[in-house]
Amino acid sequence: MSEIAIQAPTKEMTVTDDVMINMIGVHKWYGEFHVLKDINLTVHKGERIVICGPSGSGKSTMIRCINRLEEHQQGQIIVEGTELTGDLKHVEQIRKEVGMVFQHFNLFPHLSILDNLTLAPIWVRKMPKKEAEEVAMNLLERVKIPEQAKKYPGQLSGGQQQRVAIARSLCMNPKVMLFDEPTSALDPEMIKEVLDVMVELAEEGMTMMCVTHEMGFAKTVANRVIFMDEGQIIEENEPNEFFNNPQNDRTKLFLSQILSH
Amino acid sequence: MAQGVSNSNRPAKPPIWNDPVYRALFFQFLVLGGVIALGAYLISNTLDNLARQGIASGFGFLDTTAGFSILMSLIDYSEENTYGRAFFVGLFNTLLVAGIGIFFATIFGFLVGVARLSSNWLLAKMATVYIETLRNIPLLLQIFFWYFGVLRNLPAPRDSAMVMESFFLNNRGLYSPRPVFEDGFALISWAFVAAIVIIIFMAKWAHKRQEKTGQQFHTVYASIGIIIGLPSIAAVIAGFPMSWNYPELTGFNFTGGIVVIPELVSLALALSLYTATFIAEIVRSGIMAVSHGQTEASYALGIKPGVTLRKVVIPQALRVIIPPLTSQYLNLTKNSSLAAAIAYPDLVLVFGGIVLNQTGQAIEVLSITMAVYLTISLLISAFMNWYNNKMALVER
Ligand SMILES: Nc1ncnc2c1ncn2[C@@H]1O[C@H](COP(=O)(O)OP(=O)(O)OP(=O)(O)O)[C@@H](O)[C@H]1O
Ligand SMILES: [Mg+2]
Repeated sequence: MSEIAIQAPTKEMTVTDDVMINMIGVHKWYGEFHVLKDINLTVHKGERIVICGPSGSGKSTMIRCINRLEEHQQGQIIVEGTELTGDLKHVEQIRKEVGMVFQHFNLFPHLSILDNLTLAPIWVRKMPKKEAEEVAMNLLERVKIPEQAKKYPGQLSGGQQQRVAIARSLCMNPKVMLFDEPTSALDPEMIKEVLDVMVELAEEGMTMMCVTHEMGFAKTVANRVIFMDEGQIIEENEPNEFFNNPQNDRTKLFLSQILSH
Repeated sequence: MAQGVSNSNRPAKPPIWNDPVYRALFFQFLVLGGVIALGAYLISNTLDNLARQGIASGFGFLDTTAGFSILMSLIDYSEENTYGRAFFVGLFNTLLVAGIGIFFATIFGFLVGVARLSSNWLLAKMATVYIETLRNIPLLLQIFFWYFGVLRNLPAPRDSAMVMESFFLNNRGLYSPRPVFEDGFALISWAFVAAIVIIIFMAKWAHKRQEKTGQQFHTVYASIGIIIGLPSIAAVIAGFPMSWNYPELTGFNFTGGIVVIPELVSLALALSLYTATFIAEIVRSGIMAVSHGQTEASYALGIKPGVTLRKVVIPQALRVIIPPLTSQYLNLTKNSSLAAAIAYPDLVLVFGGIVLNQTGQAIEVLSITMAVYLTISLLISAFMNWYNNKMALVER
């Protein structure tokens, strides 16, 4: 299905040529308000992209368009060769392959950790419960909290909850992971445990798009950093260049503000 | 502070008069004692008065012939029956109207509550207007409206509104055909029971199979098929051992069929429409209490809207909905005693009214009546507590 995009290797990247996500001329409005203005972005398999920008610049909206939690009104979004349209089959298809981690974890409080993880595999992938539980336990091992399997989300710390949320997405065996400020609701001492899991995920070759202001993470993990402001992609570069030699004035201002903190 | 040195690591016990546990117990006993003393004084005083008036106390009157007729009865009853039987007539009438009211109030309340959240502007507005209007009109007035305003103004039996020559609506009530069971009907009943048993086993089997193989089974559709299909087959085999007794106009009124008296209709209508407004608000707030993030997380995992509603939203909403729902059920049951205003023969009218007047056994009659309401209320809330615990247990 997915066609091989011919792509000039202008930047040094540790990726193949397969296009995972393609956004072409995407616009979105909330009523009168123009949130996304002509977004063009291609994400290749295995790429790790960090998105930053001031509050209200449309970062969340952009990545939420990729699994159609938000609807775009103009342009094309193609995920793994399937275009996102009003067609529910396409939406379903894409949501199966795209994992998402939210700022506030959004675990299901009425289900045990294990049931949180197995819900989607059982109901979407039609996996036998036993098998789903085995997969879930493996992933809990991977995020280093297998001993919490029988507990409920409310009994876990924020860092643990976010790791469960990551594991929950991974249970669906997604091809892309979207993160929307996964650490900004966490106490400082818990940020690292979540970032560690994400770094490991990146090392295993997961395609990732991550909205975050953790610049350390961006420097070590990202292939590309994207800066957004007022609904536009203002600047896009590999991390070293991006941080040391920003081109746009708004990028410079933004970086000086967050680095001074 | 090295105070309270004891040989164990437990904190030292305070003196008994400072211990919160003992204090609480002490005051509770004090209050209980006071209540008992007051009750005893009142009862002995009343018994004295009754004795002076020559009225025997005790429950012997329940075996005396009642001598009055009752408009509607679910059990056989006539003037020759006892006060005891009249009590049950009233009790069953109360349970009937409360049961009908709870059933329709729940269904209608859920529908309106969801409608108020609908993205369809007209539907949402209609639900809002309905809720805001009926919730703010006194219940008694609504009962009067349905009874005197609507049902009493229906045409006389001669000019009944008629549906399919078998349902008749007039100012004497709603008449519908009554099924008459003939020999062989037992087969159909058994087929029905069998259908239920099969469905239970099928649901278990489907659940097991899903756990093992992941395949889903359309339990709901299959259940509907079985519950309709099996009794139908039985009916064919038994040669339709059932006929209908149709209501017929004889003279000024109908005979035959089933009659639902207008008192029952208006009371049940008013109770369910009024309580449904509160239930709708409870349902709405229950659904709104489940954050949008829950739905989004579920969608993001690829779970379809239907499954999201069933597995994510409703289980969480129910935990918010159930406690206030219980108190609405209790309210409805208690409000059903407004029946007296339109002479629907419920427990309060029959027993607390007529029987009390005729016998003068105020203490006995009132304590029995109160005990009944208390029991119904306790049963409803016990059931709801059990259910609530079952749901809440899943939390933490
Ligand atoms: N449902 C909505 N209706 C109307 N406006 C919205 C809605 N959601 C977001 N917006 C607006 O769209 C703009 C972009 O929002 P978005 O959440 O994408 O920003 P963001 O870059 O993620 O910001 P933050 O860093 O604060 O999360 C904001 O100005 C916001 O107020
Ligand atoms: Mg955001």
